Amino acid sequence: MIEINSVSKSYGSFQVLKNCSASIARGEVVVICGPSGSGKSTLIKTVNGLETIDSGEINVGGFRLAPEVTNVAALRRSVGMVFQSFELFPHLTVLSNVTIAQTKVLKRSKAAAEEKARSLLARVGLSAHIAKHPAQLSGGQQQRVAIARALALDPEVMLFDEPTSALDPEMVNEVLDVMTGLARQGMTMVCVTHEMGFARSVANRVLFMDGGEIVETAAAAAFFDAPRSERAKAFLAKILKH
Amino acid sequence: MMVDLSAIASATPYLLSGLWFTVQITVVGVTGGIVFGSLLAVARLSRNRLVSTLATAYVNLMRSIPLILVIFWVFFLVPWAIGWMTRSGRPVAVGASLTIFVTFVLFEAAYYAEIVRAGFRSISPGQYSACEALGLSKFHAYIYILFPQAIRNVLPILLTQTIVLFQDTSLVYVISATDLLGAATKIAQRDGRLVEMYLTVGVIYFVVCYAASQFVKQLQGRLAYGAR
Amino acid sequence: MNGLGWTLSLALGAWTIALIVGTLVGVARTLPRGILPRLGRVYVETFRNIPLLVQMFFWYFVLPELLPVRVGMAIKQMDPPWGSFVPALICLGLFTAARIAEQVRAGIQALPSGQMQAASALGFGQGNMYRLILLPQAFRIILPTLTNEFMTIFKNTSVALTIGLVELTATAREINENTFRTFEAFGVVTIVYLVIALLAWQIMHRIERAAQLPALAGGGARP
Repeated sequence: MIEINSVSKSYGSFQVLKNCSASIARGEVVVICGPSGSGKSTLIKTVNGLETIDSGEINVGGFRLAPEVTNVAALRRSVGMVFQSFELFPHLTVLSNVTIAQTKVLKRSKAAAEEKARSLLARVGLSAHIAKHPAQLSGGQQQRVAIARALALDPEVMLFDEPTSALDPEMVNEVLDVMTGLARQGMTMVCVTHEMGFARSVANRVLFMDGGEIVETAAAAAFFDAPRSERAKAFLAKILKH
Repeated sequence: MMVDLSAIASATPYLLSGLWFTVQITVVGVTGGIVFGSLLAVARLSRNRLVSTLATAYVNLMRSIPLILVIFWVFFLVPWAIGWMTRSGRPVAVGASLTIFVTFVLFEAAYYAEIVRAGFRSISPGQYSACEALGLSKFHAYIYILFPQAIRNVLPILLTQTIVLFQDTSLVYVISATDLLGAATKIAQRDGRLVEMYLTVGVIYFVVCYAASQFVKQLQGRLAYGAR
Repeated sequence: MNGLGWTLSLALGAWTIALIVGTLVGVARTLPRGILPRLGRVYVETFRNIPLLVQMFFWYFVLPELLPVRVGMAIKQMDPPWGSFVPALICLGLFTAARIAEQVRAGIQALPSGQMQAASALGFGQGNMYRLILLPQAFRIILPTLTNEFMTIFKNTSVALTIGLVELTATAREINENTFRTFEAFGVVTIVYLVIALLAWQIMHRIERAAQLPALAGGGARP
């Protein structure tokens, strides 16, 4: 489903991604973890072209992304993305947030888009809030709307960029529950997250990044029980202390 | 249409004398405007209701009407006012320069007052309390502590307003004064050289204002950096 | 009060031009690459750094001379109020557009960069992204400064008297010259300007209130 081949990227003299390669199968759930500044967010954003790459190439469901490819509109329709800071559109109601890309990008009829939006909002447990504006919702509720907004375009892949990092602790689970449900239904998912419990119980595989490199790729259970690299051991020791 | 450069060259001395008057208006307007404007700003913050209401009314009135109208007001009424004050009853001729200086101080003060007031509001309330706690008189507190901080906080806006003032001076054209634009107009009409003259003054205004606004932008960057 | 009519139509006409051109130029200045951001900057610096009155003279006196003779003559021979009104309208519209452009740019740049990313991730093209996502938010941010600009445009119409448009201030001057009732003539016109300022502020204030977004009392979630 996703093939990342020798992707590199620099900001000036600072190399954020060093020769990264990975392959993700349809229906697989992959968690990317690693210390902050390791390039996780940059890597996930290259998958839908939000970050350009300097060399290498990425294949997503038959769409080829390379440094010279600039028209990524078709790719973005098949890849949904959820951001750390939600990025709902504050001037639109919850319902409009979920319908606007359907009607303007996919050219669906208003009625069809609303029907889809209502069913998705019901699925994330927010039917009661469709007429509200984002500022009237809690962080957890906003992030669930953001997930519904991304799902509304029927993506084949969902990308999550630290979806729970901006949330108060008591709201983390409501978002993880929605993500778990999505994984159980067979969605292909790539998640940058620090939620190790989620990674262990839901992810098929873990990619561990440090210093712009993919240091280790392993089945989730194996990664947590017996990390191979020293850097992964140090990272896990630090994170599991909390 | 050919642009005649020699027409511009021969007009240069006269244009420069016009520019000199433009600079004079600007300097008087800035100095008088900031002094009177600061008094207005302090008056608006006064606990005396009458004082603050009068100052507010003055500022709002001046900001609601065009500068040209104020120029006319002063131009036509100051002679009468002086005549009335000297009890001669007849209007006394007042020079165009004086009219203009008075107008710009009265008018620009309203705009500077708002800027200075914003400066006062940007000072933390603790500073006011600190002045009181130290037993400073109100006068001393404003002069030594509050005013310098307020000005520093709004310095870029103050300078930007001064660029606007510099441009506004061109409006003295309406009472036929000889500022930069007035000088250009007089030559333009004498020699039939409208295009050359107006393009020339356009370029002069542009160069001065652009250079000044770039300076303000740099200063803004430096102030923001210093605050960090 | 014919002068009032000219003042109002000049202000509202120029405001329409200024909003349209100003929005386009402001958007151009925020584009990531290409020639448009630079052209936008040239536009703004030119119109901001030359006094309105000099620009007025440019449109009225200079432009007809620079155009081909036929066109120039046609412009000069326009019937009286229009010969002044049209240049004044263009002048004031384009002058105010530069100031609105700066505000629009500031409004767009004040938005979190994630908004642009989220819109692109959903597959929006640049046009839709600005029209549906960025501009509606940017305009809400700049409404208060826009109010100031709206009030200023009524005052700036007075500059058109220098090219012969008999608007409000010129009316006062004419009455003064014909009747020598200085105080009454300028007094009435001053009051009319005050009323206009008050009405302009009221209109914008209502728009501001109508555009306000509902929020959770006490802050709500901060991303």
